[in-house]
Amino acid sequence: MKRNVLPGLPLSLGITLFYVGLIVVLPLAALVFKAASLGPAEYWAIVSSPRAVASYRVTVLSALVATAFNLVFGLALAWVLVRYRFPGRRIVDAIVDLPFALPTAVAGIALTTLFASNGWFGSLLAPLGIKVAYTPLGIMVAMCFTSLPFIVRTVQPVLEDLDPALEEAAQSLGGSDSAIFVRVILPLLMPALLAGLSLSFARSLGEFGAIIFIAGNQPMETEITALLAFIRLEEYDYQAAAAIASVLLITAFLMLAATNLLQARALRYTARS
Amino acid sequence: MKIRLDQVVKTFDTFRAVHGVSLDIESGQLVALLGPSGSGKTTILRMVAGLEYADGGHIYFGDQDATDIPVRDRGVGFVFQHYALFPHMTVAENIAFGMKVSKTKRSKSEIATRVEELLRLVKLEGLGDRFPGQISGGQRQRVALARALAVDPKVLLLDEPFGALDANVRRDLRRWLREIHDELGITTLFVTHDQEEALDLADRVVILDQGRIVQEGTPAEVCRAPNSAFVMRFLGDANRISANVRDGRAYIGETVIDAPSSSDGPIDIYLRPGDVDWRPEGDGISATIVRVLDRPGGRRVLANVEGGTALEFDVPPETDVRSGQHGRLLIKRSRLYPA
Repeated sequence: MKRNVLPGLPLSLGITLFYVGLIVVLPLAALVFKAASLGPAEYWAIVSSPRAVASYRVTVLSALVATAFNLVFGLALAWVLVRYRFPGRRIVDAIVDLPFALPTAVAGIALTTLFASNGWFGSLLAPLGIKVAYTPLGIMVAMCFTSLPFIVRTVQPVLEDLDPALEEAAQSLGGSDSAIFVRVILPLLMPALLAGLSLSFARSLGEFGAIIFIAGNQPMETEITALLAFIRLEEYDYQAAAAIASVLLITAFLMLAATNLLQARALRYTARS
Repeated sequence: MKIRLDQVVKTFDTFRAVHGVSLDIESGQLVALLGPSGSGKTTILRMVAGLEYADGGHIYFGDQDATDIPVRDRGVGFVFQHYALFPHMTVAENIAFGMKVSKTKRSKSEIATRVEELLRLVKLEGLGDRFPGQISGGQRQRVALARALAVDPKVLLLDEPFGALDANVRRDLRRWLREIHDELGITTLFVTHDQEEALDLADRVVILDQGRIVQEGTPAEVCRAPNSAFVMRFLGDANRISANVRDGRAYIGETVIDAPSSSDGPIDIYLRPGDVDWRPEGDGISATIVRVLDRPGGRRVLANVEGGTALEFDVPPETDVRSGQHGRLLIKRSRLYPA
């Protein structure tokens, strides 16, 4: 056997694999197993029922919008935190993690209170004819809130490590600010942005606690997929719950695979010849 | 393009990096800014480039006052110490960058032709499709130069261009840069802390210390007539011996050296390792050998002279010297600076 300088490989690998198996793989396998106990026709009937399809639509659309919003503002936030020194920077930096730390139900209640038609924001938006609470817009707001840290925290370290000489070089070659951003900075941030995007999107797809308070949960309109699975559980219809949950699982897998491919493409310059 | 610096000043927070530096660089010259770290040489280079703005004074490109022209409009080519190649672009894309973002539009084929031409100039034909991570340090530096030259700069600026390379590659690239300079005739200013590099490469050397120019001149001028003890020490190995001057003569113990232009009092005598002759006996300063270092070209002797001063000198490789040996040192050349 090849001798390895680093000690502890068998033990640490063993513990890690055991842990991943116990905590991650086993529950997912149980879920798939449960869903698979349905016949194909039955499974298809459950996952393609109008109510389920409506829940996919509102969940995916809201998650897409929330992720797009966080892409722009998360990047801007990371940029500001890395590039500029201003009073209170460290506080802002700490606040970014708050959606991670806060129980999502608390966030949901707080957002509902703010955006209800008599709340601080809701009462300002109501005269404009914009309703946030109990509409898909509310779902987006809740998703934005809970998934904001992902993009900031994935982009921030890469931005910090970006060699300022690259931008200076681009300037000395006559590049305008926008050309430098598009041709130099953005491509170098792309792998981190993609990682942040996929995490942010996955979190939005699966978010539950924050959304159910603000969404209103009208079937066919503002009912998210995770809630539908929960409702089936409440009805002791475990197979249907597992079937609906498996759709979320497959979506998450496909999306992670897709981002990994894109990331590998964005990072192809690091390959050695 | 002639460059003129007039009383240029730069301060960072409370630290004054450059104190009123004035300098003329003739068109087509290759000039080295040489100095220890913290001497302000890189800051001066970056101000000429427009990567830093001067707090005071003026920088002229020809007759034009370039002091406030931003870097992207200044028409300089800048080569960074660590190359600063765009890692996500191929070698060819790196070289083409300046032409692609330029206000003057060029066709794709025009850019490709120019890239090929530059790859040939820097002897990297066939490597256009590689990424910077896939080529060696010396090759990266040549790509960086090609990229800087692609936009037809009026002035070429290089910041410690060979600092991160190993000795052999460095020597080759130095010769090669000189050839390219002679071929293109572009005014070039480069920063280095390596005396050998500056003296090998430059038409003129500007020696800086603590944000001020200490001496400037051709390599011959600064080598043969260093105007201060600092320059003497900085340009190469130098021994210092304290002496006393009386009536135009400097006394080192019993040894006497002519010092016609020095006033009476203590003085420092500086000697290069090759400035003394070693002999087992006879006239001269008596010395005891402490250690002998063998080098490819000769033998370096570490000795103590009377009075306890340590001294280093070179002898030809076939000389028989051993530690503990006593002998005499005859001073062939020396330079005197006030103590």
